[in-house]
Amino acid sequence: MARLTYILKRILQMIPVLFVVIVLIFVMIRLIPGDPARLMLGETAVEADVEALREAMGLNEPYTTQFAIFFKNLLHFDFGNSLLYKTSCIDLVKERLPLTVSLTVVATLFSLLISIPLGFVAGLHKDKASDQAIRISALAAISMPTFWVGLLLMIAFSVKIRIFPAGGWGTTPLEHLQGLILPGIAQALMTAALLMRNLRNSVVDISRMDYVDFAVSKGVSTRRVRSAYIMKNSLISTITLLSTRITYMLGGSVVIETVFSLPGCGKLLVDAIFARDYAMVQCMVFIFALIVLLVSLITDIIYSFIDPRITL
Amino acid sequence: MKNKRSRRLSGGLKAAFSNRSFVIGFVITAIVVVVALFPQVFATHDPNALSPTEVLAGPSSAHFFGTDNYGRDVFSRCIWATRMDLQIGLISASIPLVVGSIIGLLAGFYGGIVDTLFMRLLDVVMAFPFTVLVIAIMAILGQGIQNMYIAIWIIGWVAFAKLVRAEVLVVKNSEYVMAARIMGFSDRRILLRHILPNTISSAIVYFTSYIVICMLTGASLSFLGLGVQPPTSEWGSLMNMGRGYINNAPWMTIFPGLFLAITGVGLSLIGDGMTDFLRTKGR
Repeated sequence: MARLTYILKRILQMIPVLFVVIVLIFVMIRLIPGDPARLMLGETAVEADVEALREAMGLNEPYTTQFAIFFKNLLHFDFGNSLLYKTSCIDLVKERLPLTVSLTVVATLFSLLISIPLGFVAGLHKDKASDQAIRISALAAISMPTFWVGLLLMIAFSVKIRIFPAGGWGTTPLEHLQGLILPGIAQALMTAALLMRNLRNSVVDISRMDYVDFAVSKGVSTRRVRSAYIMKNSLISTITLLSTRITYMLGGSVVIETVFSLPGCGKLLVDAIFARDYAMVQCMVFIFALIVLLVSLITDIIYSFIDPRITL
Repeated sequence: MKNKRSRRLSGGLKAAFSNRSFVIGFVITAIVVVVALFPQVFATHDPNALSPTEVLAGPSSAHFFGTDNYGRDVFSRCIWATRMDLQIGLISASIPLVVGSIIGLLAGFYGGIVDTLFMRLLDVVMAFPFTVLVIAIMAILGQGIQNMYIAIWIIGWVAFAKLVRAEVLVVKNSEYVMAARIMGFSDRRILLRHILPNTISSAIVYFTSYIVICMLTGASLSFLGLGVQPPTSEWGSLMNMGRGYINNAPWMTIFPGLFLAITGVGLSLIGDGMTDFLRTKGR
């Protein structure tokens, strides 16, 4: 019951943020010099169509009415038609979202696979050679641009040795997965490095805790101290960082999808910017914000289950 | 007074230079800065000289990093790009450092409505992935390097404000600030003399990694074609050009990225060194 109230409270807290996000998107198109209806339809549009849209958006009415119309459409996820693709924006998003979500999931899995073992090894062997080597690699990974890593992987594994496709994501589920491996690794590398550093430091800190000393002196086996005391507690502190990194990787899809010519949401946004497809830009910005808010909500809910110190 | 401060500063420098990460990072960064200041000394060719007979030539003693699709020397273009990329990092990161620190200082010190407003604003900015927000702002302002700076400034101050605010909340109730209050010092004096010096260090450490983030973002945007426009040499836009020739001229992509990564490692090492040094000082 207490948990349910906590979750409801968190959802209620999201509402004002979401409202401001919506206002910002509403203001966005009106900040660009020129008539919003003309901007949405492009320079080649016929005057009659522009006039019709002007009427529909309520551009001849006061801003409050315009916002009411905008808000009502938004509740139905109606962002109008894309200038570039000539179809409804939200349908395009529905079509492209699975790719971006799968890419982010693959990247998250890779980053956990790399960071968890390395983070523990480094933390348990503080200042030894293995710790030094892992820390130096992490530093290098943090300083490399993701798209460059992607291009290097492409040169190595699609051009020199032809194991993975150089781009695109095919038609069958297997081809989809193959197409996501290289961009997933590229995307994961920086996150893995950051998570690993965080994990290493919390392993080092937790190893010094009194309850760990107590467990050791009580005669608990080293293996059990490591798994039940140190690992579990240091993973908890890493979850917050992971959630901000998932958000960041979602944004990174803009770049990596372009590198690997993946038809996802990131590519959709970039193409929309170049085509001055403002309806699409508005829609994408809203969708990205919505996903970020959901990720942070889920993180908090997970936290409430695993960390008993959280007061519900 | 002045003497005391300079003594404190030189003591700090001495401690910093006894940290290995800091020294290595400092040397790498110093080399990069020298290259950025005097590219003509290091470049072997004119970065914009076309050579139709040497199009897409591989690395050789004549062209260390090969040539691009117009026969331009990739090494010299990478060297000249250093200035541009370093400039992107510094200009994009320093305004947020200053503005964000001031806002964090004021919000943390005075609390109340300013603080509440700031925290709500923070929630909104955090609701977007960084890259998406920068691109969205550039959709309004238009493409090009100046608008890229503005977009990064609009978002970047938030992180610094958050860091400084958190530190101020701790320091504000410390004994020495109480003492300064009892002495009847003005808010301005307390903020500048007592709170600022004790809260700014985490922001300065973050500044070095933020320069790296800005350089990577700038390069990414230029890679997408939104930032620096050709023919200006910039590592990201060089890689964007190289992308089309990845099958037969991978050097066009590999080397500009290497320059960027090395510069990033240098700056990150400085940041790491400062973190170590500040942590031991705190203990």
